Order: sequence, then structure tokens, then C-alpha cells
Amino acid sequence: MSERAKTPLIELHGLTKTYGAGDAAFQALKGIDLTIQQGEFVAIMGPSGSGKSTLMNVLGCLDAPTTGSYRYQGIAVGSLDTDQRSLLRRYALGFVFQGFNLLARTSSLENVELPLLYRGDSRKERHRKAVAALTSVGLATKLDSRPSELSGGQQQRVAIARAIVTEPGTLFADEPTGNLDSVTTRDIMELLTRLNQDRGITVLMVTHDDHVAATARRTVLIKDGLIESDLVRT
Amino acid sequence: MIWNAFSIALREIGRNLTRAFLTVLGIFIGVAAIITMVTLGQGATLAVKAQISNLGNNLLTLRPGTGFGSRAASAGVPSFTQKDAETIGEQISGIAAVAPVRTASQSTIYLDNARACAVTGTTPVYFGINKWRLAEGRFFNDADLRSGAAVCVIGDTVRKELFGGEDPVGARIRIGRASCEVIGLLAAKGQAGMGDQDDTIIMPLSTLRRRLIGKTSSHDINQISISAQDGMDSNALINDITSLMRQRRGLGDNQDDNFNIFDTRQIAETLGATTQLMTMLLAAVAAVSLLVGGIGIMNIMLVSVTERTREIGIRLAIGATAREVLLQFLVEAVTLSGVGGILGIVLAFGLCAGLAHLIQVPFNFNLRINLIAFHFAAAVGVVFGYTPARRAARLDPIDALRHE
Ligand SMILES: Nc1ncnc2c1ncn2[C@@H]1O[C@H](COP(=O)(O)OP(=O)(O)O)[C@@H](O)[C@H]1O
Ligand SMILES: [Mg+2]
Repeated sequence: MSERAKTPLIELHGLTKTYGAGDAAFQALKGIDLTIQQGEFVAIMGPSGSGKSTLMNVLGCLDAPTTGSYRYQGIAVGSLDTDQRSLLRRYALGFVFQGFNLLARTSSLENVELPLLYRGDSRKERHRKAVAALTSVGLATKLDSRPSELSGGQQQRVAIARAIVTEPGTLFADEPTGNLDSVTTRDIMELLTRLNQDRGITVLMVTHDDHVAATARRTVLIKDGLIESDLVRT
Repeated sequence: MIWNAFSIALREIGRNLTRAFLTVLGIFIGVAAIITMVTLGQGATLAVKAQISNLGNNLLTLRPGTGFGSRAASAGVPSFTQKDAETIGEQISGIAAVAPVRTASQSTIYLDNARACAVTGTTPVYFGINKWRLAEGRFFNDADLRSGAAVCVIGDTVRKELFGGEDPVGARIRIGRASCEVIGLLAAKGQAGMGDQDDTIIMPLSTLRRRLIGKTSSHDINQISISAQDGMDSNALINDITSLMRQRRGLGDNQDDNFNIFDTRQIAETLGATTQLMTMLLAAVAAVSLLVGGIGIMNIMLVSVTERTREIGIRLAIGATAREVLLQFLVEAVTLSGVGGILGIVLAFGLCAGLAHLIQVPFNFNLRINLIAFHFAAAVGVVFGYTPARRAARLDPIDALRHE
């Protein structure tokens, strides 16, 4: 009973997202209802073009929905202004992109320190936390390497380190292993599982890979902008 | 937050030094050009004014004829008398000094050196009116004038031509058919726009008359030099002198003036205005070069806008606010154009000092133009560096990240 009364971490009602306008308008999300509790590990699956990334971007406050409501820890995200959404991203959310999105010509360490810089952490704190985050993703020896000097898997691990260095409540990962080989994929999946189990970070992850999805307890399947199934393994 | 933006901005500059260099270069050249051109232009204006004021102090020169420079207009026109000069001094108020001047071209000889020279016979006040200073020796005085002593004062060019390295004071030179002692050497005035002022020999009027040319008629004064008292309106003075001279020369109401009055101050103002116009023209050219620098910066910014828009997207995605991102870009733009501006000021200082020396105009550090150029540079940098960022920072993070 008390479990039910708890405010869900994420609560979506009738969420839609339309790209473009007029004749060119395309509805990528057609009314999503979804509730996710604190501490869950959710895999989001579905064919290409079904709207997974669109959903993740809206959840990660990187994009605004067209209609419907999105509550994060009970806060109506739609009522926040641009700055407040920035602050929500800064303090509560971490995002890992399929395409890494690291700053070019910038060392791993500086990339990972970046979110801390905006939080106003001291130089020493930034350095300590960034080194710890990079160590936890197995890149302790690549602190000074630039993205161009790293492999895809290493770049993705830098991106994960950047997303977790702020110890966010929720980590969104959009096909984090999509571009990686199977060994690297396994490493990264282990890393995400550890973050979820050891630190209690809620993880939402988009993937095509059934093996990867098997790591998650809950799998949400999306097709044509709608949730087709929502399975929890017992 | 400012400090934070500063450190982020400096890092971002350090990360792309080529971009930074090109931005700074555009500003740098523009600022240096505008300061140099304006400063040198003003130096030239000052130089022209100084040379003209060197001619004399509020100097009016009365000559026969209807205009200066035109020989035909003075042909057959009577010269002045010494009495004319005296009357002007007595009857016109606002005059500081009046000197009658008689000039004659004479051959001069010292040892083996000979030279044709313009010899001026006048009174001692002439030196003051024309701002002559002594390098050595003395001017002739009223006693010399009364006695018609065989003495003269020579200009620096004459010294060079006749004496070379020798000390002229105390030496005797032959002028025409007389022998004359050099009692003073005039300090050099340099080349003015109107001939070499130092190519001159000056002696008492009485000496010139008695010993060199003999008194031909009472109308033997070619020119009367007049200096006005400080603060006098030269136009009023010219009117007074004109009506006095018309009366003394017996001109009827329907007759034109057969003399003219040359006002150095007026010439100074005209020439000053001309050089000022030149300065403004140069400044306009320089402003264009600054603008071109600004367009260069805008190009660099536009070329890098894809990369920078993605950078903005990344920063927004990890939790920076639009304001923080913009502050960073503002600091970047201001820093780069500030550095460019300061380097431009430094280069301009060096260029001005060097060129001013080379073309012999005075160099005065002009704070105002330095400030104007610097602020203009900063404005150019901010407008062109900051504007592209403003659009990007307004986007949703995902749109900025998708930018192509
Ligand atoms: N910025 C956009 N403008 C227009 N259409 C878009 C845009 N982004 C995605 N879409 C469309 O929305 C649909 C869902 O895209 P996306 O969420 O990226 O799918 P997925 O990540 O599941 O492959 C696709 O058909 C895609 O073409
Ligand atoms: Mg996708």
C-alpha cells in the first residue's frame, strides 16, 4: 500500500510530440502513458523510427512535448521555464547520447568536469570527482586524452562518466552501446547495472539488443509512437 | 558566475587558437590603422600650424599691389614710405609693433664663397614681429639703426652656404659694395610651406639705404610688417589700416585698393582646416578597415557556427542555462577583441612614433582616438562574435545538438 502512495519518479500522461507543422507535420509520439519508480532499470525497445529517442529527449528535458503532461518527482515539467529546466538537468538528470556529444579538442577530464563547473564546484572538488567518475568507467589512464584519441567505446565511457559525475537521480542512455562491439557493450552494461544497484540511480536505456535488454528488469516496447507492451520480469 | 564564465571562455579560446588568432588579427589591424592615421593626421595639422605661427605673431603684412603673388598687379603701384609705417603705429589702436621693410637682392661674399641673397633692411622691432630668435651674437639695436652701422644678422642657410662649419659671428662679409660685420646668427626656423625662411640677411634699414643701394626715393619700403596685440580682431585691424592707407595714398571712393594686407592667422586657419579634413578622410579609410576586420570576424564566427552550436547544445544538455552560455560567449568575444584592441594600440603607438619621426611631424598620444578605436573594436567583436551565439542559446538543447 505504502509503495503505491509514493510519488513516482516519472509520470507521463497522454504525451505526444509532433515534429514540423502543416503538411510536413509528423507525430512521433501519439499519446504515451508511463510511470517509472525510483530505482528502476528500464530498457526501452522498438523498431527504428518508432519514437524511442524522441521519448528519451522529452524525458531528459532536452526537448519539449507537444501535448500531455510530464511530472518528474511530482514536478510538472511543462510549467518550468527554460532556466528551471536547465537546473533540473544540472542537478537531477544525466544523459548519454548515442553519438557521445563530447566537446572536441577537450580532454576526458575537462569533458567530465564540465557539468561540475556549472554547479560551481571548486577546482579541487571537480578534479577529484571527475577522476573518480573516469576511474569507475575504467578510464583512469586516459584522463588527458581528447575524444579524437579515443575509441568509440572509450568515448562512450567518457560520456557516461560525464553523465554520472553529478550523481544524478536518473540516467537516460539512448542506445549507449549502439555503435560498440560486443565486448565493450558487455562492459558498459555491467557499468550501468552497477550504477543502478550500488548507487540507486534510476536508469532508462534505449536498446535494440535483446541480450542488453535482458539486463533490465523491466522492458517497455514502443511501436509507431505508442507503447505496445510493458513487461516486468519476476 | 562571471569568474566561471571567464575560466570557461579562456579555456574555449585556448582550445581553438587559430580561430582566436584570426579574430584578434582582424581587430588588431583595424585598431592600429585607425589610431595611426588619425594621430599622424593630427601631427601633420599641428606641424602646419606651428610652421605658420613661426612666421610671426598675429602677423599682418602690408604690400603694394592688389594681391600677393601677382607681379603684374603691383607694377607701377607706388611702394610705401617710412612715414606710412610710423603713422600706422601712431594712429591705429591694437597694434603691438610696426616695422618698415626694404628688401634687395645682393651678392654676398665670404672668402671664396659667394651667393646671391635677399637682404632685408628694417628696424629692430622686426625681429620680435617675425619671431626670430638668436642662435648666437646679438640683434642690431636702435643705436645701430641711427648710426647706419655696417652690421648684419644672418639666417642659418646663409651661414651654411658662406661659412660652412665656421663661426660667423664677428666675421666680415661683403654684401654688394659694402663690407659688413656679422653680429648675430638667427636660430633656424626650418622649411615652411612658403620657401626657406632661413635664407636671409637682416640689417638696419639705414645701413641698407646708405651703404648698399643709396636712397632712391621716399617710396622705398616694399613691405610693412605689423603685429597685432594679443586677442585683437584682425579683421577690424585690417579695416582700420585699409582706410588709413587709402587716405594716405589719396585713393578716391571709386578707386580700388592699390595695396593688400596678408593675414597669417587666416592662412593658418585655412591650412589647418584643410589638414583636418585630410585627417578625417584618413580616419574614414581606417574605419572601413576596422569594419572589414569585423566582417572577417563575423566570417570566422559563421564558419565555426555549426561546431559552436553543437557546443552550445552540449553545454545546455548538461545543465548550463542560456544566460551562462551567452555570458561565456560574450566574455570570449570581449576578451578576443580586447586583446586585439590592446595589441592594436601598442602597434599604433610604435608606428606613430616611428612614422612621425620619419615624416617629421610632432607625435602626441591622443587618448580620445585610442579610446574610441578600442571601444569600436570591442563593439565589433561583441556584435559579430556574440550574435551567432544568441540564436543558438535560444534553441532547445536537442535542436542545438542536431544543428548541421
Ligand atoms: N527533428 C525531427 N524532425 C522531424 N522528424 C523527426 C525528427 N526527429 C525524429 N523525427 C521522426 O520521428 C520519428 C521517431 O524518431 P526517433 O524518435 O529518432 O526514432 P527512434 O529513436 O525510435 O529510431 C522518426 O520517423 C523520425 O523520422
Ligand atoms: Mg534513436
